[in-house]
Amino acid sequence: MSLQLIFQLIIAFFKTGLFALGGGLATIPFLYEMIKDYGWFTKDMLMNMIAVSESTPGPMGVNMATYVGFHTTNSVIGGIVTTLSLVAPSIIIICIVAHFLQKFKNSHWVQDAFYGLRPAVCAMIASAGLGILVVAVFNNGEISWDINFLNIILLIVMYLFCRKFNKLHPIFIVCICACLGIVFQL
Amino acid sequence: MKIYIELFLTFAKIGAFTFGGGYAMLPMLQKEVVDKKHWATDEEIMDYYAVGQCTPGVIFVNTATFIGYYQKGIIGGIIATLGVVFPSIVIISLIASILQNFADIEIVQHALHGIRIAVCILVLNATLKLFKTGVKDLTGIIIFILSLVLTYTSIVPTIVIVILSAITGILFSYIKMKKGGSK
Repeated sequence: MSLQLIFQLIIAFFKTGLFALGGGLATIPFLYEMIKDYGWFTKDMLMNMIAVSESTPGPMGVNMATYVGFHTTNSVIGGIVTTLSLVAPSIIIICIVAHFLQKFKNSHWVQDAFYGLRPAVCAMIASAGLGILVVAVFNNGEISWDINFLNIILLIVMYLFCRKFNKLHPIFIVCICACLGIVFQL
Repeated sequence: MKIYIELFLTFAKIGAFTFGGGYAMLPMLQKEVVDKKHWATDEEIMDYYAVGQCTPGVIFVNTATFIGYYQKGIIGGIIATLGVVFPSIVIISLIASILQNFADIEIVQHALHGIRIAVCILVLNATLKLFKTGVKDLTGIIIFILSLVLTYTSIVPTIVIVILSAITGILFSYIKMKKGGSK
């Protein structure tokens, strides 16, 4: 693990954190660029990294950063360095935004903007939920006649279960469903 | 000191159980940050999320920094973010060193397919809750429907929707105020 490599990793991931707009998937083009510029990993390895990052908990962008850092330096330190570089721009930008937001929180411009934003945010989340619902309900991942009935039944049963015990912790629900997945070989 | 530890642990807990992108963290945030710790309201979470969408970086990290900052300033923001990334660093390092084919393991696949059902339910519940707090009138419903169609079909990038809906909010409030003033 050379100092030069660490330095390059810091620059590359700081850049990714600064310019990747819109969540985990937005980091992928930056990772492709790293293949071209530095050759730290191959395209096949990147595919594997994406698969692992999607199948493990935590934000995908963060998972990818840790994976690349660990892989290129073969040590945990590399993973920590890349991850911290990725989130550093966020911390700087959000602290500045949060500072000004607090200052202008009571201005009616900000209030009115959020009045319009909240329904939009709600829609974005509904849309994301709809996306996974389609993947869960239809076998080929898009709206068609190829319906996965077992998933629908489990969905309804789990939904009613959560309604009945509405104080259930989300973590508990995730764990139950993971077990259901293993038991029913979903 | 206690608040720093709480911030770190709360966000580490959320990070360790959030599967599938930024929106999946919302049910956990509602439970831990809104209901249990009272660090923010449902409305504030939505506001942070909206800002997190149009600022660069990972949305979950941006939201965590927001909440941490309002609790304990810059250090609070840093600690909350460190909490978010901590489980990722541990889990990914483990997988990268011993289980490179993790995503192909059959039992992992089954568990993930099950978790997908949990995410559907959690996101549905989160949406219903946010709808109740965030959509207050007809204007809200119209913005909601339009944004839903635009986001789902991905005709326009998210940031455009964020900016347009903010402008709509300002415009409609302005029109309402004018009407109210002329009476």
